[in-house]
Amino acid sequence: MQNLFAPGHRACAGCAMPTAVKLILDAAGPNTIVASPTGCLEVISTPFPESAWEVAWIHSLFENAAAVASGIDVVMKRLGKEDTNILVIAGDGSTFDIGIGCISGMFERGHNVKYICYDNEAYMNTGVQRSSSTPFCTNTTTTPAGKVSFGNPLPKKDMPAIAVAHRVPYVATASVAYPVDLRKKVKRACEIKGPAYIQISAPCITGWNFEAGNTIEIARLAVETCLWPLYEYVFGELDGVKKVRSKKPVEDYLKTQGRYRHLFRKEGGAEVIAKIQAMADANALKFGLLG
Amino acid sequence: MKLSLGAMAEPGSTRVTKTGAWRTFVPQVDHEACIKCSLCEIYCPEACIHQVEGLFVPDLDYCKGCGVCANECPRNAIEMILEEK
Amino acid sequence: MADSSANAGPKLESMKVVEGSYALAHAVMCCSPDVVSAYPITPQTHIVEHLSKFVADGKMPSEFITVDSEFSALSALVGSSAAGARCYSATTSQGLALMFEVLYNVSGMRLPVVMTVANRALSAPLSIWNDHQDSMGARDSGWIQLYAESVQEAVDLTAVAYKIAEAEDILTPAMVCMDGFILTHVYEPVQLLDREIVNEFLPPYAPKIVLDPKNPKTFGAFVDPSMFTEYRYMQYQAQKRALLAIERADREFFEIFGRSYGGLLEVYRGDDAEIMLIAMGSVCGTIKDTIDELRSDGVKVGLIRIRSFRPFPVEAIRKALADASVVAVIEKDVTVGNEGALVSEIKAALYNSKVGIPVIGFVVGLGGRDVTVAGVKNVVSKALGVREGRMDHEFEFLSLREELL
Repeated sequence: MQNLFAPGHRACAGCAMPTAVKLILDAAGPNTIVASPTGCLEVISTPFPESAWEVAWIHSLFENAAAVASGIDVVMKRLGKEDTNILVIAGDGSTFDIGIGCISGMFERGHNVKYICYDNEAYMNTGVQRSSSTPFCTNTTTTPAGKVSFGNPLPKKDMPAIAVAHRVPYVATASVAYPVDLRKKVKRACEIKGPAYIQISAPCITGWNFEAGNTIEIARLAVETCLWPLYEYVFGELDGVKKVRSKKPVEDYLKTQGRYRHLFRKEGGAEVIAKIQAMADANALKFGLLG
Repeated sequence: MKLSLGAMAEPGSTRVTKTGAWRTFVPQVDHEACIKCSLCEIYCPEACIHQVEGLFVPDLDYCKGCGVCANECPRNAIEMILEEK
Repeated sequence: MADSSANAGPKLESMKVVEGSYALAHAVMCCSPDVVSAYPITPQTHIVEHLSKFVADGKMPSEFITVDSEFSALSALVGSSAAGARCYSATTSQGLALMFEVLYNVSGMRLPVVMTVANRALSAPLSIWNDHQDSMGARDSGWIQLYAESVQEAVDLTAVAYKIAEAEDILTPAMVCMDGFILTHVYEPVQLLDREIVNEFLPPYAPKIVLDPKNPKTFGAFVDPSMFTEYRYMQYQAQKRALLAIERADREFFEIFGRSYGGLLEVYRGDDAEIMLIAMGSVCGTIKDTIDELRSDGVKVGLIRIRSFRPFPVEAIRKALADASVVAVIEKDVTVGNEGALVSEIKAALYNSKVGIPVIGFVVGLGGRDVTVAGVKNVVSKALGVREGRMDHEFEFLSLREELL
């Protein structure tokens, strides 16, 4: 495998995000320029004067990576270097929340930018605050579980659907636990001209509260419970899903993480788990994940 | 070192920082049990497991001892053991 | 002290009566930016409309990005500029405020973007009319700020701004500030620039290191407390060097185009002036008319027109005030909670100098209020009072409509 993301970076031991990044870059190859917003990735990879990036890389602000990439795209076109892969690699906070205006503009203008979100479902760099990617009834530092609360009261925003609604030619979900699938999707995104959106499940040890070695296992459980369906939309049509051979109950996934511990300890937790199970069941039905 | 304009950095230069110092547990590979599926290399967040003369070897300069490789090895050929320093 | 004001040199271009925004857009076209990224906002709109038409008509081979906001407008230019492109944007007021975060980023990354600010008031209350509160709010953002008195000067400053911003020892973005409506929408005779002649004045932008997969550098790493101060110091030094570069660019521009404005500042009828007014932008036209009138009545009054607010020309100001008795600053902004920004800076510039003269400040023209000859005469009469030892107010809002309060 091509190693375009160097060791020596400062990510927590067992963090999923560097694995996602190295897989993305392995698929995209060296003819790539990456824009990343402020966040864990930027902080762990570019402590000046060091950088983990072996490809050209730029950081500007928290909410503007899609706009920065748009500006790179027009220059690459102008220079006749349209074969350059222009990627954004960003967390869910900058993608789902603060950067969505710039993303919408980039999608709508049809820039040849592949926007890849490593989704760890909260603002991890600032200390596990809720983002609009945070799932239902998750314990975060701004939606803590308490006597009268089960944590985040709202369901996760459907960002891929927002990308599809922009007529983004290629939209997919992926997971660090499925590296072959992930690389195939990044390659496909790079081959289809125009914008793309890929959302990668990337568990966070500190924010999700689990043992470092379990990262991949937990990401796999998200897929096997149908809480993280793997699918592709090509030109607005569902083009393929990763089938789940034997669907596991959501408890198998939830119990692995401290952020859901309250669901197993608090009165009423069973009802919440039932609701989360219903969400997984709905995913299975919507995307035809079973059989 | 003189500061570069715009805080520009050289590619791959984090290699000067040996994150192996963070480690508590160290992976021990049973090369006989290894089936060379390369999953350890693929999943390693430090990108520090490489094939050296046909064998998958963690580069202890960078290995933080997270244990993902041990957990994902389909043959349980990697064991995390407390490192004696 | 010699006056230096716009002087007619060899006429390399023909004079045309055009709208200010057209002349400005034409000047931008002549500077051949690779990328234009802008979002419409009154009173900047005509500039970007003209640019769009130039592109549509094939006269201007630039990429025009029709972005989703001013925030995106400048953010896109971060990417374009880092990829080696000459970049242009234009905005005003709320748009500039929305760019605030990106302003610091562009200057900190040392990207020599040039942007026209069609100066306008900031809401609330909503006002689309001219004053300088928008660009004054961005004075600490690390950008060079140049203020034009006339359409012609805004045109000429556009080329000059690129020359300064892109200089290898400066690499600092620049704003060309021109008063919204007053200059953007006025029709007046202008010598339009000529692309080929601009090319003589302005070499192509060729940064040494750009975003390039073949030379994959990391741009915009994060810097810890052990080095951050030095990064700001480097910007500070670049702005200091810009003081000389602005003077030099003014001379070079004169050699090619035959027009000079005095560099960092213009001194108008400064000889033997006892009362020295200080101002920026188009209001200086009215002030000069007033000075002419007062001079014919024997009042010894002159004007220092600040052209470069960032870098702030402290030495040049001290020199220009060496023989004055009183300074009256007239400005279109107010730092609510203190006084005008310009008057504060003038006082600061004089405090440790040998120029120990009184300084008074006046806020004028907020939210598009006309500044009249009578208003300027009022300022001069107050300054004359100060010379005689009567300082009623160190700072005041000129022509305040007391009956509304």
